[in-house]
Amino acid sequence: MTTEELANEASAKDQQPTTPPPEISPSTATDDNGSGGPIILFFILGLAASLIVGWVIFPQLLYSQKKQPVDFNHALHNELVEDSCESCHFFREDGSYSGVPKLAQCIECHEEVNGEDPEEAKFVNAYVANNREVPWLIYSRQPQNVFFSHAAHVKMAEMDCVTCHGHIGESESLKVYEENRISGYSRDIWGRNIAGIKRNSWDRMKMDDCAECHRNEGVNQNSVQTLRGGCFVCHH
Amino acid sequence: MKVDRRSFLAFILGGAAGTALSPLPWKITDDIAIWSQNWPWIPVPPKGEISQVSSACTLCPGGCGISVKKVDERVIKIEGLAGHPVNDGGLCPLGNSGTQLLYGPERIRTPLKKVNGRWQQISWQDAITELAAHLRQLRANGSAQAVGWLAGSDRGTVPELFNRFLTVYGSPNFWRTPSIWDSYELALYLTQGTRSRAGFDLENADFVLSFGSGLIEGWGSPGYMFRAKSMFRKAGGRMDQIEPRLSKTAAKSDHWISVNPGTEGALAYGLAHVIIKERLYNQDFVNAYSSGLPERYQQVIDGFPPEIVSKITGISAGTILTLARDFAAARKPLAICGQGQGHVPGSLQAFLAVHTLNALVGNINRPGGVWAVPEPDYIDWPELEIDAVAAEGLQKPRIDGAGTYRYPNARYLLHRLPEVINASAESPLKVLFVNDANPVYSLQDTAAVKKAFEKIPLVVSFSSYLDETSAQADMLLPNHMYLERYQDVPAAPGFPKPIISLSQPAVEPQYNTRHVGDVVIQLAKELGHTIGAAFAWDDYNSCLEETLGDRWDGLIEDGFWVNADYSGTQWADAFETDSARFEFTNKDIRTLAAYEPIKPEGDEAAYPLLLVPYDSMRLASGYVGSPPFMIKALEDTILKGNDVLVEINPDTARQLGLSEGRLANLATPRGSARVKVRLTQGIMPGLVALPRGLGYSGDNKFLDGKGVNYNRLSSPVDDPASGYNAAWGIRAKLS
Repeated sequence: MTTEELANEASAKDQQPTTPPPEISPSTATDDNGSGGPIILFFILGLAASLIVGWVIFPQLLYSQKKQPVDFNHALHNELVEDSCESCHFFREDGSYSGVPKLAQCIECHEEVNGEDPEEAKFVNAYVANNREVPWLIYSRQPQNVFFSHAAHVKMAEMDCVTCHGHIGESESLKVYEENRISGYSRDIWGRNIAGIKRNSWDRMKMDDCAECHRNEGVNQNSVQTLRGGCFVCHH
Repeated sequence: MKVDRRSFLAFILGGAAGTALSPLPWKITDDIAIWSQNWPWIPVPPKGEISQVSSACTLCPGGCGISVKKVDERVIKIEGLAGHPVNDGGLCPLGNSGTQLLYGPERIRTPLKKVNGRWQQISWQDAITELAAHLRQLRANGSAQAVGWLAGSDRGTVPELFNRFLTVYGSPNFWRTPSIWDSYELALYLTQGTRSRAGFDLENADFVLSFGSGLIEGWGSPGYMFRAKSMFRKAGGRMDQIEPRLSKTAAKSDHWISVNPGTEGALAYGLAHVIIKERLYNQDFVNAYSSGLPERYQQVIDGFPPEIVSKITGISAGTILTLARDFAAARKPLAICGQGQGHVPGSLQAFLAVHTLNALVGNINRPGGVWAVPEPDYIDWPELEIDAVAAEGLQKPRIDGAGTYRYPNARYLLHRLPEVINASAESPLKVLFVNDANPVYSLQDTAAVKKAFEKIPLVVSFSSYLDETSAQADMLLPNHMYLERYQDVPAAPGFPKPIISLSQPAVEPQYNTRHVGDVVIQLAKELGHTIGAAFAWDDYNSCLEETLGDRWDGLIEDGFWVNADYSGTQWADAFETDSARFEFTNKDIRTLAAYEPIKPEGDEAAYPLLLVPYDSMRLASGYVGSPPFMIKALEDTILKGNDVLVEINPDTARQLGLSEGRLANLATPRGSARVKVRLTQGIMPGLVALPRGLGYSGDNKFLDGKGVNYNRLSSPVDDPASGYNAAWGIRAKLS
């Protein structure tokens, strides 16, 4: 049988229904074509499935979970130092910000194992002993095309660390680092909330959050270095 | 309930609506945007403390100051050092690419020894012990003179350590890499009686007459020449370029005077002829501070009237007359010579001719003129104790014949070494140390050089890279590269003031390398006896610090020391000749072989064309090859793919039946190579121009197989007056 013949036969069948048309009753008026109810059901099914995918499964797939190489106790260290955060996260003489401490700073106290914490022992044995920098995963690392000056914010605008970084200084353990599989940056930039809703100023670190504060505080709209405005305040 | 097309569509619609109401599309879009703006495979320097180290570049002899920018302990950028007297912030592409030489994969990471043709690792101590045993044996056999040392330069503490070692050991065979400065030094010595280096106060000249010197192609210290050329041009100075090819320097000049290659000296004598004949010379200087002009005129210059010079050079007599008059009429005229970047010493008589021009206009040790800059004198080490063996070795003639009756004026004749070795049954040189030099690539007729190197029983290379010479070596003792070591840089070629710069480490040595100065000191100590006693320093750094004395702190701080007030010795005290005057001729000059244009090798019938090399700032042609940055930036008029382009005149191409872009075979008496043809009016008919700095064959994946090495196709020609290599080209054919 050729395709054409098959088609003709099918069309002939359509024109000669083998079963009589069902009786029309008001209760079944909506599915008189055989699928009114199922259509909505399927729509709702699709809707529900995609909402679950979008809100629940996608966020779990998007981020990979990484453990920090050493579980650092901020609270413990904060008690021992004099100058709070800046004791370790200091500004260099030229005004640039040192960021996460390098091994050289840690060695000042941890040349040998001081306490009984296994994490400290791990740190000393694996890194100090081998003179290897710890590959810390940085929750607040911004994309390369962003220019951010800590000096401008902390020294000039006298902002607190907490405003952007939250209460990490009081934490006793480092949370799991969730790395965005597409962009490679931390989940903390977009924020824990996948919808992007924030309650605290430190919940997110996206461009809009920078812009919001700059707008609210009436910050100089031009870059101090380049004197250019718009994108060039923060972007190279 | 049946699943039909409609319900499927409803499911999809629901799914689409749900997706739109979920964060998925918006979040993915945002993430992809961030990803695409920050391609993760593009290397980005790590964040860290930014610092800079003031140092000096030693990739060429130019002596430029550099500012090495680092993030923590990683070098990320090299820039010219602002305020450095030589280059004041400017830097050439090679200097800029130094980071790739530091971190590139080509470095030799540990001492190596060749065993049965294969490299094997060896410890530093074993290497030094083995070398010492070998050297001790040679001395015991009375063959101390069979040890030679080849260095990039003969100035500064490092070459001085080599020299000291050879002297106390008992060998006269030290070489430095040949260059036009050999001829310049000799011309200054013969006429002015001083052992000094030629400096050019280019920035204050108002008419620079260049006999083929590539002022903006790496002649002298490129950092200084670029800057000085801009300064005198901005002040309205005139610049005329005499050479058969339209080089970048010629293109930037007021006049490009296309001259038959190799006849520049005749032109200089022709100009002198006009200046003397028309009495346009500086009467004050010539009458009161010089001697021998009438005799020199009678014996030499008189033979170069414009009509004859016109025939030799191919330049019209009218042009010669005008040029001579313009030159003499300028307030501060300056004549310079030495082809291109100055790799070939050239004809001494031609240098004397050009120097005569400067003397005639009295522009010696004057603003805008040529200055005899005193050699640095800070190296003042204790006297050596020469034992009987050393004394005997030092009495022996140099292997290359320099300083012997044949070549009484030459100091180093490296280009003759392969010939001497290849002509003897057994190499007269038993051990050769090579530092900051790549002779198997950079000496002409590389096949002969390679053969000679194979005959030398022990070649020790201090190169940080597996270059052509290292490949021929028997032992590799890699030096720290310049960003990892201290070293004094005691001059900048052509720079008019006494200057010392300091190379200082920007980073710790990356590999198991050792400072060549330390190796010499350790080797001497291992040999002991008078040799060990001559090297009392603990290590090279203490030797350097002690030698520089009071200047050390300033050098560490600023990166350089300069005598900024120096402005050339006054005429009355400047000349140390017998007459205490500038001598246009004297007993030494009189005995020199007369000037005649140097004839390159080859038979005109078999090789109707002339192959000439040219230099480019975009190609390194010293002891290191071009790093990848430079090869990337190379224009496609020089290299297309792996094919080098040769320049020929369209007339020549028509005669040969060649067209633009065609592949051709370039043959000389020394070899042949595949090249691509480039037609240009910027070259004299009958010539083929090939760039220097390509055709490497070491072990460098970024350089090997790209283009052709000019030195492989050409051969040296002895200058009859000095013995230096004076080959400006070689006969060739293109088919």
